[in-house]
Formats: sequence, structure tokens, C-alpha cells
Amino acid sequence: MINLNEVKATNEMFEQEHLDVRTITLGISLFDCVSDNLETLKRNIYHKITTVAKDLVKVGQEIENDYAIPIVNKRISVTPISLVGASACKKSEDYVALAKALDDAANFCGVNFIGGFTAIPAKGMSTCDYLLLHAIPQALAETEHLCSSVNLGSTRTGINMDAVGLMGRVIKETAMATKERDSLGCAKLVALCNAPDDNPFMAGAFHGTTEGDVVINVGVSGPGVVNEALQSVKGADFTTLCETIKRTAFKVTRLGQLVAQEASKRLGIPFGIVDLSLAPTPAVGDSIAEILESMGLEEVGCPGTTAALALLNDQVKKGGIMASSSVGGLSGAFIPVSEDAGMIRAATSGGLRIEKLEAMTCVCSVGLDMVCIPGDTSAATISGIIADEAAIGMINQKTTAVRVIPVIGKGVGEIAHFGGLLGEGPIMPVNTKSCEAFIRRGGRIPAPVHSFKN
Amino acid sequence: MQKAIISVVGKDRTGIIAGVCTYLASVNVNIEDISQTIIQGYFTMMMVCEMDGATKEFHQISKDLEDVGKRLGVQVKLQREEIFEKMQRI
Repeated sequence: MINLNEVKATNEMFEQEHLDVRTITLGISLFDCVSDNLETLKRNIYHKITTVAKDLVKVGQEIENDYAIPIVNKRISVTPISLVGASACKKSEDYVALAKALDDAANFCGVNFIGGFTAIPAKGMSTCDYLLLHAIPQALAETEHLCSSVNLGSTRTGINMDAVGLMGRVIKETAMATKERDSLGCAKLVALCNAPDDNPFMAGAFHGTTEGDVVINVGVSGPGVVNEALQSVKGADFTTLCETIKRTAFKVTRLGQLVAQEASKRLGIPFGIVDLSLAPTPAVGDSIAEILESMGLEEVGCPGTTAALALLNDQVKKGGIMASSSVGGLSGAFIPVSEDAGMIRAATSGGLRIEKLEAMTCVCSVGLDMVCIPGDTSAATISGIIADEAAIGMINQKTTAVRVIPVIGKGVGEIAHFGGLLGEGPIMPVNTKSCEAFIRRGGRIPAPVHSFKN
Repeated sequence: MQKAIISVVGKDRTGIIAGVCTYLASVNVNIEDISQTIIQGYFTMMMVCEMDGATKEFHQISKDLEDVGKRLGVQVKLQREEIFEKMQRI
């Protein structure tokens, strides 16, 4: 029998600690849409998405009503478009046309983001990858809901440095193409290494080729709940600290699992995974930085931060894995700077720097996320940042990502405003010494020795 | 059978249980169990209800109960039992 204290504690999670289901993401395979005719392909894509996902938002809202659980986002991810468009797209403009078809479909379904404008040149780059990469700046400038990602390397393949070099230029061009809105396009563009096929979180979500025809993936959240739980163990030792986080992660994940199964049942679509990631929002009390500070750090970024984050990430996984047998996606702690009030504060004060963030990405679920950098940062430097992150991912067999925004027309100390969940971020300084000669070499960084497992 | 849990938290006064129960009777929600206590000086009550015969939608009842609570100066929350079972039990 449930007791009063448990009821009170659960209600407080929703009422005061911002517990929510961050996203229900419907993954849709577009392979059966493929045609060598661009118009037919566009029509097929629009038709399939608007048919499969037409009830997604409605059902999401029904679950919200019936369970009184906030479900913040309803989203769609699709098969990497570089593959879907390989036959029909002869030039980059053709991929832009597909981007618009996806955006129209997202608009019709009422979702806020659609992910999958994606290429996977992890080892070599085929013509379709090349054309899609060149289409990204225009595609993101001319659409509202589209998210784009590029997987540039993996532990098994090494890092495609030609693609890394090109990606730096694509990010700069995307920033230029959306400069009136503080280079917002770059907030919807992510460079990945070891990208998972079932990630429900944007901007890196796509419906991987290993997935079935359609699938429901759910991303939970709850930094506020973890932070609140830590208030009760102030001064306790690490065993107690870890146990508290683990217990909280268990509860949060069970909620995600419940919503995922219910959505799956109501939509008649198989349930895929629950992503355990603790994802912050700009709201006060919904911050990863505040959790780290509750562990005993004066400000995120100070010595001890990486250890605190490693501990958090691991305990979230341990609690979550116990709660659901279908854990997937990224599953850890996100550290997007502009989406986290505590990170913004530390970056503004100068206590949190890109170099420290890079160290933190070695132990958390993703990478340099929503980091605003000066608009005059060179494409080669951005490629260098991507290469560093990809190297961390490749060597440590984990997903890493780079979502940096070179805010055109703004410099260190100024603020970029994106609005909504994307928040606002201070422009952080970047080491300006050149890595151009390194990036210009081209070719591939070979896979590490521990990838040879056969 | 769809079960729900209603929790009431606030300053103690006369008529809290009467107010909530009168509303529940009007929408044909059956109360199976009531327990109450004082936690940190606050009146805290929990009701286990059976919702199958309810004459209104779940979210409508939830909203109405919030209003009932406001009139009584207490916070009333309606939530499915399933959520507590899932989150608080292994």
C-alpha cells in the first residue's frame, strides 16, 4: 500500500521540482519512400510522416491530461536523409527541397522539432553525404523545425578528418545564414562521434538504419528532483550521495517507462527505449550545474567538477538501468550551457571555460553542447574543437557531440538569445592559436587499437 | 479497475473532508480508503478512489478538485495510483 509520505514526495516532484517527461520522439523509417524522382520522394516523405505521426501530439496531450504528467515536447526523428535522398538528389538544392518537405510535415503534425537531416560520413564520404553537408546552411536557414546532425567518426572507423574540416565550414556558413537571429541555425546542428541510432533528444536525433519501421522513444528529465534529493544528504559521505542519486534516477525512469508504454499502446507503435538523460532547462531549479554545486562545489567549473559529474552520470545510469530494461539513447547527464541557468551563471563569471567543459565531456553523456563562441572564430578552429571531441568519443568508446554557435557579430562577454528551451548563452572565449595546418592535412585518423576486437 | 489517489495538504479547518467527499459523490467517484495525519504542522490526507463509474473525464475531475481545494484553503491533487506504484515500488 502506498503511504502518505510517498504520495507527498511524488506530488512535490511534479509541483516544485520540475519533473517532466522531456520528449516523446516518434522514429519513422523513410526507406519505403525512396524514389529516383525528387517530386515523388518529397510527396512520399510528406505522406508517410503525416500519416504515421498525425496523432502524436494529440495522444501526447491526452496522456498529459490523464496522468497529470507534463510532457514537454513531442518530436519526430527520421532515417538519415542523406541515404533517403541518395538516388533523387543530384545537387545540394535537392536536399534543401527535402528539408522543406520535412519541415512542412512537422508543421502539419504540430511537433516542435523533426530530426534526421543527417549524414553519416564516419569513415568515408559518399556523394550523398557531401551534397547533404553542403545543403545544411540553407536548409536550416529556410526551415523552422528541422534539426541536422552529422556523424563524423566512431571507435570502429576512426575519425573522418575531411568531413571534420568541411563541418567547420558548414557551421560557419550556417551561422552566417541565420545571423539575424543570433546564428540560431547552429543551435539545431550537431557534429557527433559514435552517434546512437535511437537517441530521442534533439538536435542529434535520427531514426537509425538498425531500427524498425516505426518506434516510440522517450526521454525523461528531472535535474530538479535529483537536486532536491541531495539537499537531504548534505555533508554525508559519497556512498550515501550515490545511493540517493540512484534511488531518484530509478523513480524518474519508471515514470518515463510508464509514459512510453502508454504512448506506445495508444498509438499502436512499438516502444523502443527510455533515454535516462538528465536534461536541464533554463528554468531556475532545473539545472545540472546546481546538482554539482549541491554536492559541494562553490561554482560549476571549479576543481572537482569533473569528478562530481562522473559520479552523477554513473549513478543516473545505475538507477535507470534497474528501472527499465529498455534503456538506450544517450542516457547520462547533459551539460548544454545556454539551457542551464547554473552553467550560464558560471560561464558569465568566467569560472566555467570551454577547456573545463571539454574535460567534463569525457565523463558525461554527450559533449560541448550549446556553447556560444565569438562570431569571428575561424572554421578551422571549429573543426579543431570538433576533432578534439570526436577523439574523446573515439578513444573512450562513447558518444560525443559538438553543438557550438559562432554568433555572428558578437564577441566575448556578449549574450546570444535563442528563446524557449534553447535559452540564452554568454559568448565564451576560444583559444585563438591556429590549428589550420593540422585540419588541412585531410584524410582519416585511424581507428584506435582497441577497436580491433574481431 | 482504475484507481486514483487524492492527496490533500493544508492548514486544518472544519469541512475539508466534507467538501472533497461531497464533490466526489457528485461525480460518482467511490472512496475506498481514507487516511490522515499531521505532517510538519500541516493537515495531510490521502484517499484511495475507484474511478470506473466517474461521470466526468479524469483531467476535468482533477481540475475541479483543485478548485474545491482553493475554496477550502488546501491543496488537492488527483493522481493515478499507477504512478505511485511504478515510482515508489521495485
